[in-house]
Amino acid sequence: MSLMLRVDDLAVAIGSVNPLSGVSFALDKGETLGIVGESGSGKSLTAMTIMGLLPLIGGRITTGSIMFDGNELADLPESAYRKLRGGRIGLITQNPMTSLDPLRKVGPQVDVVARLHLGLDKRAAHARTLELLGDLRIPEPASIYHLYPHQLSGGMKQRIVIAMALAADPDLLIADEPTTALDVTVQAQIIRLLLDLVADRNLSLVLITHDMSVVAQTCDKVVVMYAGRAIERGTISAIFDHPSHPYTQALIGCIPRGLAVTEQLKGIEGTVPSVAHYPSGCPFHPRCPRAEGICATEPPPFVQHHDSAAACHFAVEVAQ
Amino acid sequence: MRARTIDAFARLGIGRALSSSLGLVSGGFLILLILVALTAPWITPFDYAAQQLGNSNAPPGWPHLLGTDEFGRDVLSRVIYGARTSLSVSATAIGLSVIVGMTLGAAAGYFGGMFERAVMTVVDLTWSFPDILLALIFVAIIGPGLTSTMFAIAIAYLAQFTRLTRAQIVRLKRETFIEATVNLGAKPAHILIRHLLPNAVAPVIVAAMLAIGDGIVLEATLGFFGLGAQPPTPSWGAMMSSGTAQLFLAPWVIIFPGLIVAVTVIAVNLFGDELIRALNIRDRLRGT
Amino acid sequence: MSALLEVQNLSKEFTSQRGLFRPSRSMHAVNDVSFQVPKGRVIGVVGESGCGKSTLARLILRLIEPSSGAVRFDGLDLLAQRPSEMRRLRAHMQMVFQDPYSAIDPRYTIAEAVMEPFQIQGKRFAAAEATATVCALLEMVGLSTQLATSYPHQLSGGQKQRVGIARALALKPALLVLDEPTASLDVSVQAQIISLLERLQDELKLTYLFISHDLALVKYFCDEVLVMYLSRVVEALPSTDAPARHPYTRTLLDSTVEPDPKRRRHIAPLAGEVPSPFDLPPGCAFAERCPLASERCRTETPVLSNSGGGHAVACHHPA
Repeated sequence: MSLMLRVDDLAVAIGSVNPLSGVSFALDKGETLGIVGESGSGKSLTAMTIMGLLPLIGGRITTGSIMFDGNELADLPESAYRKLRGGRIGLITQNPMTSLDPLRKVGPQVDVVARLHLGLDKRAAHARTLELLGDLRIPEPASIYHLYPHQLSGGMKQRIVIAMALAADPDLLIADEPTTALDVTVQAQIIRLLLDLVADRNLSLVLITHDMSVVAQTCDKVVVMYAGRAIERGTISAIFDHPSHPYTQALIGCIPRGLAVTEQLKGIEGTVPSVAHYPSGCPFHPRCPRAEGICATEPPPFVQHHDSAAACHFAVEVAQ
Repeated sequence: MRARTIDAFARLGIGRALSSSLGLVSGGFLILLILVALTAPWITPFDYAAQQLGNSNAPPGWPHLLGTDEFGRDVLSRVIYGARTSLSVSATAIGLSVIVGMTLGAAAGYFGGMFERAVMTVVDLTWSFPDILLALIFVAIIGPGLTSTMFAIAIAYLAQFTRLTRAQIVRLKRETFIEATVNLGAKPAHILIRHLLPNAVAPVIVAAMLAIGDGIVLEATLGFFGLGAQPPTPSWGAMMSSGTAQLFLAPWVIIFPGLIVAVTVIAVNLFGDELIRALNIRDRLRGT
Repeated sequence: MSALLEVQNLSKEFTSQRGLFRPSRSMHAVNDVSFQVPKGRVIGVVGESGCGKSTLARLILRLIEPSSGAVRFDGLDLLAQRPSEMRRLRAHMQMVFQDPYSAIDPRYTIAEAVMEPFQIQGKRFAAAEATATVCALLEMVGLSTQLATSYPHQLSGGQKQRVGIARALALKPALLVLDEPTASLDVSVQAQIISLLERLQDELKLTYLFISHDLALVKYFCDEVLVMYLSRVVEALPSTDAPARHPYTRTLLDSTVEPDPKRRRHIAPLAGEVPSPFDLPPGCAFAERCPLASERCRTETPVLSNSGGGHAVACHHPA
């Protein structure tokens, strides 16, 4: 299994705040990795960092490395990044309403990607786009090609965005909350679509979401983020069968398992800390049912346990 | 609730506007001007109406720091009193206009329907007249003087405040908290007075401030044509008007009032801009 | 059990003007909806965007006037009430709104916001009593009383939603309509709010109408479920483990993924998109996407009919 993406101890600063620190995970070729966390956990920021988009928001990488297929990205110049973005790494953004140019037809917007990264001429790009639209199960691609974004439904727009991400035959796809803005039935379709595409083209997929259920449905590996840190990572079965971090456990317990016999739904006390006020030591300690004195002073190390690793002083105990 | 809105506006808006250097200079100038206008009776070196025909058209120097006009009246004193006239006329007129405009705009925005259409059509008709023309119409009806000037200024800007308020009300009506208040069983009066108007007031206050600047120019314009404040009440516009005859003899008679009008208007606009920035309401002031 | 709320053939039509040269179009946001809410029960209304559930909530509380149909609250015909009577009645039927961020006047402190319901309904309090009432309400929804002097922008989304609940419960209503109260909240906060709502229902003997797009949440929280599709109720489930009989309900169930990697489901992709409510084809609105659609489905609109045990389906080929 060749390593596609490896993030090691990544830390990011924006101005005087450090919204990300200690983020590590790895993804093999053909695998699907889920990055899951609530709002403010830093998952979208992680995607932006991997894509080299930090300068757009005034951020910079302070430590750590991002290895993409053997190449270090952390100190990559913008010119090189531009070739990667949309080329070998495709990005599917959260809100299709804002990632499409409202003044241009959707077809040409997909063409542009292929022409830029694969050097195709107009006709070849057009043909390729139509093929892609068909792969994405868009009915009547030839007609849809000539429509404007506002004439399409949410689900259709998202498929166009996916087409743009796939147009240059990427090795890695990063999907940032690709279904959050969509209806439940449409969400199911898009997820199914993504899974099929990943399987057909042997893609590696990083799926960013707040929805543990979606992760359970689609991913091979999971990274759980909280307050800018990757606090637990592991295989999907390890994470769901015996989560070793109190936050992961609590998060799973927050989901209404509507289809199974009901247990009591429990929330997590307190609120997610804001970027400016991350707690000392372990960021979860103010809300953690298992916290002790050491949690407020010592940032916990990663403790490996079977197929998962959690940043918790009591990881092994919690996992039982 | 009202007092608290204005208090919050003052603290937040004016405070923040004054914190930028542009805001400080322009705001400081305006505060100074208001103080001068308020303390005019005590700080003018001479009686503004006192004629000294033997000392007419004297250049700036001692004791007449800005010189004298054709009747030997001290220009500085007349400029100071002119501030009083200009500011009070403009502020009163705009104040009146804001009260009427907000009432009309709020009612139109809240009740909608034919009432809204009727009000807005009438208001838009006044909007289509140039201010000077409206002012002249009033002068023709009532006769020249400060009262006409005040009415003219008030009517000229009524449209702006009505439209602005109505736009705010229409926007706010859609907010969830308004729906929540209706759901609690509130009467329209409660919703308008407790929620809609207080939240609509900020852009109107800023627009009013800018309008006062325009009002000063309008007053000066009318005064220039002899249609505003009648002698002996000093007005910047009238001073400039009589100064044109002495333009080469005693240019200071026209320069100083002209200068002060220009600087005042610039200061008002600069400070208004800083206020808009401080209150972050640029988007709500579109179209004014 | 007597019905606290009774809805009969409720419809709401919207017309959109399209300028001078094109004929105006109309659509039904809510079409011929009938159901009952027994006292003390939690009824869920589930559907995707555009199905009309939010409009339904507003029709029931008479925040929008229906085009036709009837709403009866505790036996009273709501649509026959005069404005002044309606205002007094509102104290008994309250709503918790979807967006906590804009549900409170940003210029009001929390204490003022919580006192407002009393003010509006004309109940006067002496200062000490007012403070006590505010504190009691804040504690009831799990908020620290220190927040009373804060402004909405200083509170988190979850805290704001608790304030919204406090405001809704201030007048001790019998019915609480909850319009997607947790949709814009994080999962952990959503769980907090749902736990709170459960506790409150128990303590205050409330009746809930719970509107959501999240079927898993509805199944967890509610006793009965109404499924809406494009302005109509297509299925009424008497309990949350009743088997789904309408193809749309089954699709919704299939689309609701579980947080359990061992139970991955193979989702059969649903063809087509939701049609525009302005250009509804004749017959069943779900026909063009339904795997069981027949000729009859494309011509005859199915009616919601009882299939026994309080279960009702609007389908020509129910399971």
